Amino acid sequence: MIIVKNLLKKYGNIVASDNLSCRFHKNKVTVILGGSGSGKSTLLRQITGLERPDSGQVLFDDLDLTQATKTQLYEKRKKMGMLFQGSALFNYLNIYENIAFPLREHTRIADNVIKTIVTMKLEMVGLRGTEHLMPSQLSGGMMKRVGLARAIVMDPKVIFYDEPTSGLDPISTGVIDKLIRDLNQKLNITSVVVSHDIESCFRIADHIIILYYGQIIAEGSVDEIRNSEDPRVMQFIQGNPEGPIPFTRTEKNYLDDILMTGGSHVES
Amino acid sequence: MLSLDMPAVIGRKTLNRIQILGRSGIFLAIAASQAFIPPFRIERLIKEIEFIGSKSVLIIFVTALFTGMVLGLQGHHTLVQFGAEALLGSAVALSIIRELGPVLCALMVTGRAGSAMTAEIGIMKITDQFPALEMMAVDPLKYVISPKIIAGIIALPLLTAFFDVVGIYGGYLVGVKLLGVNEGAYWGKMISAVTFTDIYGGILKSLNFGLLISWISTFMGYTATADTEGVSRATTRAVVITSLSILIMDYILTSLLL
Repeated sequence: MIIVKNLLKKYGNIVASDNLSCRFHKNKVTVILGGSGSGKSTLLRQITGLERPDSGQVLFDDLDLTQATKTQLYEKRKKMGMLFQGSALFNYLNIYENIAFPLREHTRIADNVIKTIVTMKLEMVGLRGTEHLMPSQLSGGMMKRVGLARAIVMDPKVIFYDEPTSGLDPISTGVIDKLIRDLNQKLNITSVVVSHDIESCFRIADHIIILYYGQIIAEGSVDEIRNSEDPRVMQFIQGNPEGPIPFTRTEKNYLDDILMTGGSHVES
Repeated sequence: MLSLDMPAVIGRKTLNRIQILGRSGIFLAIAASQAFIPPFRIERLIKEIEFIGSKSVLIIFVTALFTGMVLGLQGHHTLVQFGAEALLGSAVALSIIRELGPVLCALMVTGRAGSAMTAEIGIMKITDQFPALEMMAVDPLKYVISPKIIAGIIALPLLTAFFDVVGIYGGYLVGVKLLGVNEGAYWGKMISAVTFTDIYGGILKSLNFGLLISWISTFMGYTATADTEGVSRATTRAVVITSLSILIMDYILTSLLL
């Protein structure tokens, strides 16, 4: 289980994580949902130790990752996998070498065994036979699946997904969603998914956390979130342009802004 | 009109530059020290030496050949007026070994390999390959940056030595084969004029230039803003700053060596 306690992260005046506390349960798929700029990716980067919070704790196997040394952090990361939004495949390595990379780095497994493992992982994501291709020869959906094969090659305990279905067509989205569920059920992997795709979220989630400007505004199962009466949650789920969640973050009064600009034009 | 804010602006910019210099120093110290901590990335190092060194051979060959040929022409034109054309070999060799070899070689490598290093690292940054390495418990400084810095230090002296040899042959082709300078005099005067100090000085310069190229190019890529414009700006800056640094460093080293 991953426990997040009182996480605070600010960028200047913007609060990306506002005293956040939550739990990611073992062998469950937890989806962190929220609009653009709600602090989802920042939260994910803090949970994985890619970014340090201003204060707070992230407990992974009882180790506080926010205070961990580099060696401790790297040791824990061997138990983690991550699928990045843009897949983050190494463009100078072919698909086989990309997936074999963590094995070559952290194990002394013989080449023929590595080959077997890579083939198995590619079969799991439905891409066996693409070993010799370069990342530039793959579609967006295929790259995500290769990224997923690389993320699971070390048999991690936890997989983090950063916007796994963004920019994908509905069929590719369905394939990725099915893979997330299958990996969770077959390999007993804890999954943490950051997304703003409501449909996808409802298909895969055991637990949903909804963020709004760095704060958790709702948390619960799919049914609990679907039936939430919080107007912000309802607006987000239904995709209403009108509601308590404003479209812009403008601080100044709109008319004041226009009049100020108009005034300066007149003077010049 | 001089703004009242000018001193503050100058002060802020100066502090900013000092901060960047400090950061680049820390960056170099960490990246270079990683090269001596196991596991050693020999395969990566060889690949980088191939990229900076082997793949620059053709461009260095052409540059060196024509530099030597021009020196042969110019040298002969000047020396013949004093009846001293026998000294052509030593004039060509000393010019190339002491100055032109290390400097031109470094400038050519900056244009070919330095810019490519910055762009490669910048693109890795844009496409999240550095966080991906971090998530796979692999230190990007050790895996990506460190081999490039060490490769620069190893490849430049080798390329410079190659430049020196080709350049001297370029001068020989024009001076001896084209303009009729005595072959024995060309080689003989060259051997008696060139000392170990000249060769040592040239190699020392190329070691420093190799470090400058890989250091500045990797730092610029590593600190580029994570968008396409940022990478293109970083690449341009890397070439300009490295080229200027090479010329300034050349003056400093020459004044120390003479």
